[in-house]
Amino acid sequence: MAAVTLLHTKGLSRRFGGLKAVQNVDFDLKQGEIRALIGPNGAGKTTFVSLLSGRIVPSEGQVFFEGEEVTGDPAWRRVRKGIAYTFQITSVYAKLTAYENVALAAQSALSRSGAVRKKDLDRAVAEAIEKVGLSDRARMKAGELSYGHQRLLEVAMGLALRPKLLMLDEPTQGLSDAEIDNFCNLVRDIARTATILLIEHNMPVVMQLADSITVLNAGEILANGTPAEIRANPAVQAAYLGS
Amino acid sequence: MDLGPFLVLATLEGLLQAAVLTLIALGLSLVFGVMRIVNVAHGEFYMLGAVIAWFVASLLSLHPAVGFFLALVISPLLVGLVAYASERLILKRLKYDPEATIVATIGMLYVIQQVVLIGFGPDARPVEAPFYYRIRLPWFGYSAYNLFVMAAAVVLLIGCWYILTRTRLGLIMRATQFDSETAQAFGIPVDKVYGYVFAAGAMLAAVAAVLIVPIRQAHYLMGLDPLLLSFIVVIIGGLGSLRGTVVAALIIGLSDGIISVFFSPTLAKMLSTLLVALVLVFKPEGLFGAKAR
Amino acid sequence: MRQHSAFKVVGLHLAVIVLFFLAQFVLPEYHHLAVTRVMILAIFALGYNLLFGYTGLLSLGHALFFAAGLYGAGLTAFHLGWSVPAAFAAGVGAGFFASLVIGVVALRTSGVAFMIVTMMFSQVAYLASLYFTTYTRGEEGLVMPEAARHFDLFGVTFSLTDPSLRYNIALLLLAVTLIVILIVVRGPMGRVLIAIRENEPRTLMLGYNTFLIKLKAFVISGTISSVAGAAYALLFAYVGSSFASIQYSIEALLFTLLGGAGTVLGPILGTFAMFYLIDIVSGFTVAYLLVTGIALIALVLFFPKGILGTIRERWMTWLP
Repeated sequence: MAAVTLLHTKGLSRRFGGLKAVQNVDFDLKQGEIRALIGPNGAGKTTFVSLLSGRIVPSEGQVFFEGEEVTGDPAWRRVRKGIAYTFQITSVYAKLTAYENVALAAQSALSRSGAVRKKDLDRAVAEAIEKVGLSDRARMKAGELSYGHQRLLEVAMGLALRPKLLMLDEPTQGLSDAEIDNFCNLVRDIARTATILLIEHNMPVVMQLADSITVLNAGEILANGTPAEIRANPAVQAAYLGS
Repeated sequence: MDLGPFLVLATLEGLLQAAVLTLIALGLSLVFGVMRIVNVAHGEFYMLGAVIAWFVASLLSLHPAVGFFLALVISPLLVGLVAYASERLILKRLKYDPEATIVATIGMLYVIQQVVLIGFGPDARPVEAPFYYRIRLPWFGYSAYNLFVMAAAVVLLIGCWYILTRTRLGLIMRATQFDSETAQAFGIPVDKVYGYVFAAGAMLAAVAAVLIVPIRQAHYLMGLDPLLLSFIVVIIGGLGSLRGTVVAALIIGLSDGIISVFFSPTLAKMLSTLLVALVLVFKPEGLFGAKAR
Repeated sequence: MRQHSAFKVVGLHLAVIVLFFLAQFVLPEYHHLAVTRVMILAIFALGYNLLFGYTGLLSLGHALFFAAGLYGAGLTAFHLGWSVPAAFAAGVGAGFFASLVIGVVALRTSGVAFMIVTMMFSQVAYLASLYFTTYTRGEEGLVMPEAARHFDLFGVTFSLTDPSLRYNIALLLLAVTLIVILIVVRGPMGRVLIAIRENEPRTLMLGYNTFLIKLKAFVISGTISSVAGAAYALLFAYVGSSFASIQYSIEALLFTLLGGAGTVLGPILGTFAMFYLIDIVSGFTVAYLLVTGIALIALVLFFPKGILGTIRERWMTWLP
């Protein structure tokens, strides 16, 4: 099967005052892959995914999704087109139950194809919650869940959105080793139905999961390649070790 | 009268209005700038200042000048005390949550206003000016006391400006305004600063009230108009900006004075309120203030 | 379990309506009229609560929408001689239009700026009602003409001077409002409103056009407020500037806070309690607004969830 481009950017840039957070980035993402986005602190990773998700507008450049330009679309419309984003800082609705949290995401996905029926909603929520293994905690308030469970709830919300592209921002941050293993299995599972863009610091996780890796440094793409290629790339080593 | 003298009178009225308004708005702006809260009860501190001035001046039955200057000391002190107490007892406990604070200060507005209604009654009461002298202009006589009020306001403003920019006290306040957490870390007692700033803001309104009460009478409902006008000033001038507040107060005070002479005051208020609402929506950093951080 | 709670919810709200219906047969004349007023004001508070309690938007300008209904109905009936149903429709239409226009502008702001902006727009409307005194007679107000005291519908003549009819019209409007609110807050839209209240940026990232949804809530809330205003003008035959003042916006807030923001029945309970509290206090002193002030402070300090909010938290978690 020929690889289909799901998302690509052309000359994407973002300046904050005089600071060039992202400069002239041309980026391609193939349908069905797990792509990791790595880079030293301050490389512009979070700014870059914010540009993809529409949370901030680019200074220059364009974003295309499924061949269609989405540069001018507000964040909510991109989500409806299938670009989902899970927050780096856990941002669940603390006062609502885990069920309600996921139901909000599922309702958004279902409403894309007409009126939402309660039966369908319940099924979609149960499915997403089960996938992350939180079924027995569905009635608990999200704020009362442990940190690891809150991160899983975030992922369940991302899943319930039925995204074509799921962007996970530092998903393993603050998780225990056992939780991380669990999480890797979950990501592989999700990858069967969605393309994944993973922003991650934890190198073992990246090497284990990613089909390919993009390295960002000082707002520019430094390298693209398979995990093995990236590991062997001297420029990447210099960026991480040198400065 | 010709148009010329009419304009002179309107300008003088406008300047008087602007002088008082600047002091009141400065108090509101100070509290918002440092504490990030909107004090809806601010107009009531002004009203309370005027009412206390009446009590001081009329109950002690001294010479009007002595009574007035006594009031100029006692009234702001008492108002400051009331403000300090309410800040400690109410606002501090709400942890300065913006919405809760607004609701609480609305409550304070009613409490102060209604307590004054009970203690002072529903009538407007005059306070005698400390001196009476009419300056004879070619077209009409003008009370020298009005000019005194303007001069006093200018002196007070310079004093405030000096304190805010040239003293340690001002430095502490600016540091708290800029970043309260860092200020705390550098050993500034932010909690105490909040209490004093709230009291100081109320005291500025009280001083303005004592100055104006010989011209306008003391009345339990006199707080609402200055409250809305100082909102307008603070929004146009940019929240928390001293220079913007002064410029905006001059513009609003002058234009209000002048428009009110030629047109209906209600229409003037209507248009300025509408303008300000739109400024807040489309240019929230104000027309003259520095860009909000 | 959810079926069961749905049954309880419908039962409870039905019981409240039935209670109001039965009350008219036992209430003495004074309280009969008082409860009629309470029901109309409760509609106002119900509309307010949809925006404040459920969506988390604190408006300090809802008097504007009440006044839009009041003047929309009152002025058309007084000056143009419109029939009661037509005048009522004009009032509600005015409220709808006003809330749409103001919503589009004011919802560009949030937090404190939103409160101030709504308050200022409302103040503009209040000043306008004073400025156009030729038509409104300002604070003194207008008394509805004889022609607007009765109307024909389905071949029957109804007279609004009949207290019993007024009571039941108020009750009917209250019941309809309650049903609308229940449908909104228990349906998909209510879920999103609460999500916006709890965390708006997150809701945006779940694919919801939060601006549009807030605007819908704003318009429904404003229109319901104007229903109360139009009904007030026509049932009690009087329109005046004081209904457009800031004080009226604050009353809606107070009723809602007291009963419990974000609970369906809270505003009704809050209106009822506050109305009678003020009624009693004003028997002793002219400074009855002191109660309003103390209540506001006490509520935010000690009782932020209000009566029903606290009950829901402690005992009846199924309460909508």
